[in-house]
Formats: sequence, C-alpha cells, structure tokens
Amino acid sequence: MAKKILTEHINVPGIETFEVYRKQGGYTAVEKAIKTMTPEEVVEEAKKSGIRGRGGAGFPMGMKWGFLAKPEGVPRYLVCNADESEPGTFKDHHLMKCIPHLLIEGMIVSSFALGANKSFIYVRGELMYVIRILEKAIEEAKANGFLGKNILGSGYDLELVVQPGGGAYICGEETALLESLEGKRGNPRNKPPFPAVKGLYQSPTVVNNVESISNMPWVINNGGDAYAAIGIGRSTGTKLISASGHIQKPGVYEIELGVSVDEFLNSDEYCGGIRKGHHLKALVAGGSSVPILPAHLITKTAAGEDRLMSYESLSDGGFATGTMLGSGGFIVFDETACIVRNTWNFSRFYHHESCGQCSPCREGTGWMEKVLHRIEHGHGSMHDIDLLVDVAKKIEGNTICPLGDAAAWPVASAIRHFRDEFEWHITNPHEASQPGAVFMGAVLA
Amino acid sequence: MEEIKPQLIKITFDGIEVEVEPGTTIMQAARKIAEADESQGYLVPPAMCYYKPLPTSGGKCRACLVRVAAGSAKDPRPMPKLVPSCITQVQEGMIVENTTNDAVLDTRKSIVEFLLINHPLDCPVCDQAGECHLQDFSFEHGSAKTRYEEERRTFEKIDIGPFVQLHMTRCILCYRCVYTADQITNKRVHGVMNRGDASEISTYIEKAIDNDFSGNVIDVCPVGALTDKTYRFKSRVWFSKPVDAHCDCEKCSGKVTLWYRGDEVIRVTARKNIWGEVNEFICNTCRFERKKTSDWTIEGPTKVKRSSVISANKYRKDLIAKPDFALKLAATQFKPIDDEREYTTDIETVRHQSIENNDKANHRSLLPQNNN
Ligand SMILES: Cc1cc2nc3c(=O)[nH]c(=O)nc-3n(C[C@H](O)[C@H](O)[C@H](O)COP(=O)(O)O)c2cc1C
Ligand code: SF4
Ligand code: SF4
Ligand code: FES
Repeated sequence: MAKKILTEHINVPGIETFEVYRKQGGYTAVEKAIKTMTPEEVVEEAKKSGIRGRGGAGFPMGMKWGFLAKPEGVPRYLVCNADESEPGTFKDHHLMKCIPHLLIEGMIVSSFALGANKSFIYVRGELMYVIRILEKAIEEAKANGFLGKNILGSGYDLELVVQPGGGAYICGEETALLESLEGKRGNPRNKPPFPAVKGLYQSPTVVNNVESISNMPWVINNGGDAYAAIGIGRSTGTKLISASGHIQKPGVYEIELGVSVDEFLNSDEYCGGIRKGHHLKALVAGGSSVPILPAHLITKTAAGEDRLMSYESLSDGGFATGTMLGSGGFIVFDETACIVRNTWNFSRFYHHESCGQCSPCREGTGWMEKVLHRIEHGHGSMHDIDLLVDVAKKIEGNTICPLGDAAAWPVASAIRHFRDEFEWHITNPHEASQPGAVFMGAVLA
Repeated sequence: MEEIKPQLIKITFDGIEVEVEPGTTIMQAARKIAEADESQGYLVPPAMCYYKPLPTSGGKCRACLVRVAAGSAKDPRPMPKLVPSCITQVQEGMIVENTTNDAVLDTRKSIVEFLLINHPLDCPVCDQAGECHLQDFSFEHGSAKTRYEEERRTFEKIDIGPFVQLHMTRCILCYRCVYTADQITNKRVHGVMNRGDASEISTYIEKAIDNDFSGNVIDVCPVGALTDKTYRFKSRVWFSKPVDAHCDCEKCSGKVTLWYRGDEVIRVTARKNIWGEVNEFICNTCRFERKKTSDWTIEGPTKVKRSSVISANKYRKDLIAKPDFALKLAATQFKPIDDEREYTTDIETVRHQSIENNDKANHRSLLPQNNN
C-alpha cells in the first residue's frame, strides 16, 4: 500500500468527532508547533516539505508563506479556499465531510505560522451540511482548548470563521473569494497587488486550498524533510485525485505523486480500469480547465516515456502534447464519449460562470459556447473550427483572472487532438446531431 | 523654501523617452507624451473602462493592453503577458511597446470584436452616436467585417427613473457608472447584477435612480447605454453646438457645456478634457433643469477637435465646401481601416457590401433550428 497522509484514518469510525480524532494522534501537531516551535520554524518546515498548492496552480506553499508582508500593526489573515467547484474535482468535499478535524488542525498550525489571529474557511455555499460539520468541529476544538483565546496556555489567540460561499465557481479564484468574503460581488481583482501584500480588507493574506492546509499537521509531526522524501522530484508528497467517468471504480484516491498514470488508471487499488467492454478514448487529468489528452498521450508522453501522476510529467510536452495536474480532477472518457459534445458542455460551464468583468472572457466564452452548440447540433461550418481556435487564443492570457485561460484551454486542446471529430460533425450534420452519436474515427471513415 | 521634488522615473514608450513621477501608470505616461506633442496622440492606448476622475476604475475592458518589453532597469526581463496600461505602474527603465508591437494591435482588434459581437449597432437611433467611445474605438482599431453569426444578446428593459435612460444592450460593462455612483453620490442604488455575458446594469427591484449627482453616470458612460431622457431623440450631436457656460450653483461648480440647437439649449453636460473625461462633476439641477440661456453666463464656444464629427458643418465652412475635404480629412486623421473589401464609390456596390455584413449576422438567428 502506498503512503497515506490525509486519508490514513479516514475510515476509522467516529473520526469526525474530536475524541476519536485525538485518539488517532490528532492535534499533536498543534501541541508541537505552539509549544516547541516559533512561527518561523513552522514556515521553514513548510518550505522544506516542498508541498505545492493543491488548488490548481501548484505554487509552492512555503514560498507563498514566505512572501507574506508583515507590516507593523496590521492584521494578517489566513483564508482556506474550500469553494471547490471545478467540474471533476470533489476531493476537498470528501476530506471536510469525513475528517473535518484534519483541516481545523491544519488551520491552527498554519495560522500560527503566519501570525494570523482570525482565519476563515470559505466553503462552497451549496455544501451547507459540510459547513455544519466544520462548525461542530470548531466548537469541539474550542472546548478542548485548541482554539480561542490563549491556546494551550501559550498566549496565542485564534478565531476560526466558516463562511458559506456566494454560490459561484468564480468565488474560488482567490481574489474573487476575498471580495466575496468582504461581502461584495465576487469579482476577481487585478494583480498586482497580490493578496500576500493586500488581501482581505487590504491586509496581507494567504489563501490556500483545503488539501494544502490539511497536509500541514503531518508535515509538523514528521518534518518537512520526511514529506519531501515522498513523491518524485519537485512533486513532493501525496495528492488526492477525484476519479470519475468511464472507469470501474470512481472515487477519491490518495496517491503518492509519481505513480504512473497507467497504474492509477488500471490497477485495482485505484480506478480499476476502463469499464468492461470499452476502451480509453481521452482523459482530462486535472479538472475541466486543463487540456484534454487523446488516448495515445495518456500513459506515455510524446517522447515515449511513462507518463506519471506528477506536476512535471503530466505537463511534459507543454500544451502541444501534455496537460496539467491542476486540482486533480481525473475525468476518463471511453469511446462512447463525444468530444464535441463534451467540449460544448465544458464551454457552457465557463460561459455560465464567467464573472463578466473583462471583455475577452465575458464575450468570448459565450461566443465559443454558441459556436460549439451549433457544431454539435449539426449547424457548423468548416471555418467555425478555425474561428474557435482564434477566439480561444484571443481570450488566453488577456484576462484579469485565469478563468479566461481555463475556458480557452479545453476548446483549443480538443480541437488540437480531435479535429477530425469536429470535422465529422460538420460534414455529417444529420448523423452527428442524433442523440448519442459518436465519431468512431478510422472505423467509420 | 526649497521644494523637495520626487525623483522622476524615465521610461521608453514606443521608442519615446518620457519622465514621470513615481506611481504614474503607463497610460498616464503615454498621455503625457501626447499632451506635450499633439501629433503623438495616436500613441496613447485607448481606454474604454479606465476613467481618471474615478479612482480604482480600469483594468476591465482590456482595450489598453500593451507589451512591456523590459520591466525595469533593475530587472529588464519582459513581462510574460500583455498588461493593462491603465493600471500598471511604471518602473525606472521600463520599455513599453504599444503601436510598435503587432501582437498588441492584433489583440486590440480582437477586443473591439469582443465588445461588438453583442452590441446592437443601432448607432442610427442612438443619442450617443458621434461622441461614442465605442464608435471611435472600433473605427480606429477594429475590422470592418464581423465573424459573428450568432444571435445577439438582449435584456429585459427596465426603467431607472425620470432622467436617465438605460439601454442595456449597448452597455460594455466598464463599471464607470457604478464607481461614479459609489464615489460621488451619497447612496448607490444601481450596480451590476448577474454574471458573465448576462451581467447587467440594474437597480435592485427597478428602483429609480434619484440623487443630486446621479446624472453624471450619463457623462461617464462611454456608449449609449446611459443617456439623458430630457435630450432623448432631440438632435444628433453633430447638429448641436457646444458652448462653455457657468452659473452660480450651490450644489456643484456650475461649470458646464451647453449644447445649442439654434437658440435652444437642448442639453447640458459636464465639461470634458481631451481624453473624454469629466473635469468637474455637475449636479442634476444644472444638468436637467437649467435649460434657458438666461440661467447661464456664456464663456464661449467649446474647443472641439477638428477630427470630431461635432465640428462638422460648423467650423471652417470654407474647407467643408471643398468636395474632397472629407476624404482628405479621413485620410490624414485615421489610419487605414482594416477592410479588405474592394474600394468603390458605386452606391449600389457599397449598399450591397454593408447589407451583406448585417445579413450574415442576422441570417443565422432567423434560421428556424436556431430558434428553438
Ligand atoms: C476560476 C478559478 C476557480 C478556482 N477555484 C478554486 C477552488 O474552488 N478551490 C481552490 O482551492 N482553488 C481554486 N482556484 C485556485 C485559487 O485561485 C488559488 O490559486 C488557490 O486557492 C491557492 O491555494 P493553493 O496554493 O493551496 O493551491 C481557482 C482559480 C480560478 C482561476
Ligand atoms: S477572466 Fe472571466 S472570470 Fe476572470 S475576471 Fe475576467 S470576466 Fe471575470
Ligand atoms: S452603463 Fe455605461 S457606464 Fe455603466 S457599465 Fe455600462 S457602458 Fe459602462
Ligand atoms: S482602459 Fe485599461 S483595461 Fe480598460
């Protein structure tokens, strides 16, 4: 069995309660950090661990903490991003629901490291029941002296606030999240200034994903070096993968970074292979925003090496032949999936979720969706394909926040790898617009 | 007493060196070049959302994106993406490319396209036509052809009160009116509702905008989305004549521009600088109620750029009388418009060309399969 950091105790009955969690060694990281370490030492361990942000961008967490500005007399904030709304990603939900104290413990040690006395967990608004679970966990932690005033007699105070989200995907973008947390419309901010300098209420702020923060108790207990020893290269530690689609065993899996895609996809420990009688067609490896990969680039890179579940290996070949680990939303498609329909579906999502601030994203997402809708429904023409590529290119990199890029990449990559399928929709409009019609590639051609 | 001057920062913008104070944005540095030498006006990036009198505005429309070829003297690396010049501050030794960079111009062309795909293009019936920044922007930076074949977005009409007319289909969501209401009225009752391309300027539950300074949203709106109800359909701007005037007003500075048609004041607006920005916001009494010459002390004709359509038929009648004046003016004032269609003066062909463009856009939405 591979190393488990986050999910080791997740199946212990009653682990959502303080007693059971404590019995499994919970809150020892808080004791260790607050009683025996300085905040700087905790930051140092985070840096040594090499852990990278699990929210999607993969930015080294310790480095982000190091950037936090520390002006005199200004409060600093830690905000946990639990807005998880990326299609295909459902790991934070799982973690918070099953083992809420892990996040609470992580929040305490991380807040201590950053010198924050008030920290926030911004939870996707639809997950009211998870919000209640977290609030109960906070009450328990408080009752046991791990939260509130003068934690463990150290003089360190921490208040944890759970905030229901605004109900929009865009509120997961860190600056939109901060706006929303301030009670405003969830529009992303232009950067710079970055949250590390001017974040929540214009104060220095760190925003981290649920999974990123939940790793911290283990890092404190075992040391950053031990964490860095797990994984491969600059992809240290473990990662939760939300596996869905046409596989035998969809679910949330904790993998050691560096297992091969082949093993993850086909071994019984994880996805258990493609559903019976079908074969692999495409993969979205890191949530709906990342480029889609065709079958021949999934288990092998373009260079013919084994593709691994790591930041580096998945992005091998750049966007021409690679993708991204992203948030770990692993969506598998077999030959019954229509790529055009799926691309339209993703596009519809981004059109619906754009905040509408900047022109390329506001107008471009709708444009792409309408063109894809036409192609899928048999009203496309050949120049529509190049039009889509061009519109995607004009959105990418020209927007305030990365949602614009996230809307452009799935379209551009689908056309890059499955152009023949788009063409088939255009040249066979009647057939292609039938419900369930799928391009069978060389078989039909 | 000796004044302590802040150390000036030197940057290079499109090959021209300019010195500005720390904290200046790239846009302001470019404007400084143009203010010193009018012939360099074409260098200045267009601004559709940024509005200097409204702090925190800008950064949204992306019309002003430029390339930073060198970040600063200390760190001369280029910036990886195009940056919005209206909110990006200069650094010592920064090198900026605007009109000298094809990628910038190409991106700008696509920003025009994005802003126009859902725009109704109802200029012939729009009160803003002739002083519309979107018209200028598309004329100067856009393409004459459209690639958009889908149905255009529309909105439910709402009434926002007796003075201001809202045409949401024309809005480019620059947020200027929102900042205006936030910053210069004592209570904002309108804002952006909904999301993405369904976002709309609206009041909560159709509340009327009623505030002494609310009329200023008309002046800041770059397009015809917010227009003056008391001026509605009264005239085309180029038939009216702007005159600077002032009055003794207890609410505002009283410094305005009166727009005459014949002897009649048909509209009152704030005065604007050469960048189309309001110099001083005015109150609703001045704007909507003082429509008699006797309410005002006249200062003299407003200075209007010769290239502006507002100057047409009024000034330099001798020039206008010459038959080729318009063509020459167009040739000198504007860079060639991006249009690969054949140049012709044959009326029938021109008519056909312009209808073709519209038809293409309308054609799709009329197809029955696109209407279910
Ligand atoms: C449109 C958009 C949506 C996002 N949604 C989430 C989200 O739901 N959860 C999350 O943790 N990060 C999300 N992110 C990434 C955050 O902006 C941010 O990078 C992350 O929370 C930082 O935490 P990390 O460094 O621990 O990954 C989103 C980003 C974008 C652009
Ligand atoms: S890229 Fe899209 S979601 Fe992000 S700020 Fe711009 S309009 Fe909003
Ligand atoms: S109504 Fe006018 S000022 Fe307001 S956001 Fe729209 S275009 Fe801008
Ligand atoms: S003017 Fe700079 S982004 Fe709109």
